[in-house]
Amino acid sequence: MKAAETKSKKRILYDRTLRILLWTCAGLTCALLLLVIGFIFVRGLPNISWQLLSTQPSYRNDTIGILPNLINTLCLIFGTLLIVLPLGAGAAVYLTEYATNKKVVAAIEFASETLTGIPSILYGLVGMLFFCNFLGWGSSVRAGILTMVIMVLPTIMRTTQESLKAVPQSYREASLGLGSGKWHMIRTVVLPSSMDGIITGFILAIGRIVGESAALLFTAGSASVISNSLMQTLSSSGGSLSVALYMYVSERGEIEVGFAIAAILMLLTLGINLAAKVAGKKLKK
Amino acid sequence: MDGVSKAAGQEAAPKRKGVRSAFENFMNVLFFLCGAVAVAFVLFITVYLVASGLPAIREIGIVEFLFGQEWASTAAEPKFGILPFILSSVYGTAGAIIIGVPVGFMTAVFLSKVAPPKLAGAIRTAVELLSGIPSVVYGLVGMTVLVPAIRVAFNLASGASLLAAIVVLAVMVLPYIISVSETALNAVPKEYEEASLALGATEIETYFRVSVPAASSGIAASVVLGIGRAIGEAMAVMMVAGNVANMPSLLESVRFLTTAVASEMSYSSGLQRQALFSIALVLFLFIMIINAALAFLLKRGKKD
Repeated sequence: MKAAETKSKKRILYDRTLRILLWTCAGLTCALLLLVIGFIFVRGLPNISWQLLSTQPSYRNDTIGILPNLINTLCLIFGTLLIVLPLGAGAAVYLTEYATNKKVVAAIEFASETLTGIPSILYGLVGMLFFCNFLGWGSSVRAGILTMVIMVLPTIMRTTQESLKAVPQSYREASLGLGSGKWHMIRTVVLPSSMDGIITGFILAIGRIVGESAALLFTAGSASVISNSLMQTLSSSGGSLSVALYMYVSERGEIEVGFAIAAILMLLTLGINLAAKVAGKKLKK
Repeated sequence: MDGVSKAAGQEAAPKRKGVRSAFENFMNVLFFLCGAVAVAFVLFITVYLVASGLPAIREIGIVEFLFGQEWASTAAEPKFGILPFILSSVYGTAGAIIIGVPVGFMTAVFLSKVAPPKLAGAIRTAVELLSGIPSVVYGLVGMTVLVPAIRVAFNLASGASLLAAIVVLAVMVLPYIISVSETALNAVPKEYEEASLALGATEIETYFRVSVPAASSGIAASVVLGIGRAIGEAMAVMMVAGNVANMPSLLESVRFLTTAVASEMSYSSGLQRQALFSIALVLFLFIMIINAALAFLLKRGKKD
């Protein structure tokens, strides 16, 4: 009788302790997020000014502006997506629709997983060696774009592949049964019904490019100058927002500018997450 | 008349079919090339890193390079020992995992089993946001909050230290550990838990003694993924770890493998530059081993 009682006391204690631990850890995770976001906004938002957003840095007036970095970030996003979307979606289409050889599928999927795991500093290094040195482009936005293409390819591949898999087999059979060719079937039936997955990948890729710093520092460089034309922007060094944050904080000690950029990055991250959520919900429908 | 047009029609049909199948073949090859690009990228990166990393290792000597305790790349008599970097990376990662895994694991169990659905949804959003925060932002917060705090707490000249890097990395690996562990826990068949509950176990006992062991492969995979993320992080570590090539010690400034590459790249030349490529190669090997372990664990998790 007594043994049973102590055992059950032990069990109650075990139960309570773990339950408290579970709530504490979950609370800690949320608290961390709130603290980081709150801290960034409190220190960063007051430092965002129109002058900061709309000018380039000037040593003569001793002012700092991040307009060049905003432009560079946009160039990087558009350039990368322009190349990587067809490539990644195409690879996903191949894996789910065309591939018949299991070994080939396994090889491509293994490659994509490997690319996901490689740290961005290594992408930066290889990108620098190949695009900047070997091809002689120097630090340039186009070198950054091509490096980012390699980096975000697996993201696009994975999300597209998931949504392609979710397209019911009967859609394909119906289309083929009506006499359409394979490509026609993919173009008119499969791709439209997997658009949400492609859009999710698109949004996640933007997030990755916006947040990237190590790979871009060595390929796209860190300059903050507005170029006259798009071609000139692509072929000259240009730091993205994240790289600019690092440069201002670590090299020039401009902590307040760093916080302002961090607040902008956080706003972008929040927006991107929200957009991905909306797209993901549509995907489930 | 009728016969002629019929014959012409018969002739046109196979021709169109020929064009169509040629087109289909072309699309097939086109899509195959898109897929092959991923493989080509991996081979390209591997070949480039090996080819650029080997010469310096050969010149310095592999034992001297890997186990040398001193890194003085710009000295008159340069020394290229990367043991401090390897150990800093290993200790830093281990520390981040020791702090991050218990919190992440508990949060995952909470999300998967205990939390009311609405709360779980909110926390999941928080976790996604944590993983979306750029690493330079973590670096900035670490630099302005953590580093001064460590300096004051331990009465040091500078708070930029291995400890600061560990804490920042622990926060950074948290979302990966939570989301992968939670997926594994969600995949545990309901019958296992129901059987355990029916035998008189409490809910908590069931979660920790039935669900968690059943999801162990996935949870292990989350830890390995966290290790990969921590060992590969460069910018955040660079901003909080002080970047001096010391042998690792908790309250001293250290340099990781990643930051060793990043910090000297811009002004390096000659053998020093090649040695940086060799460091990258060592980092790459670490990552490949971690990748292989991850693939193995995820596969085993699927089989279970």
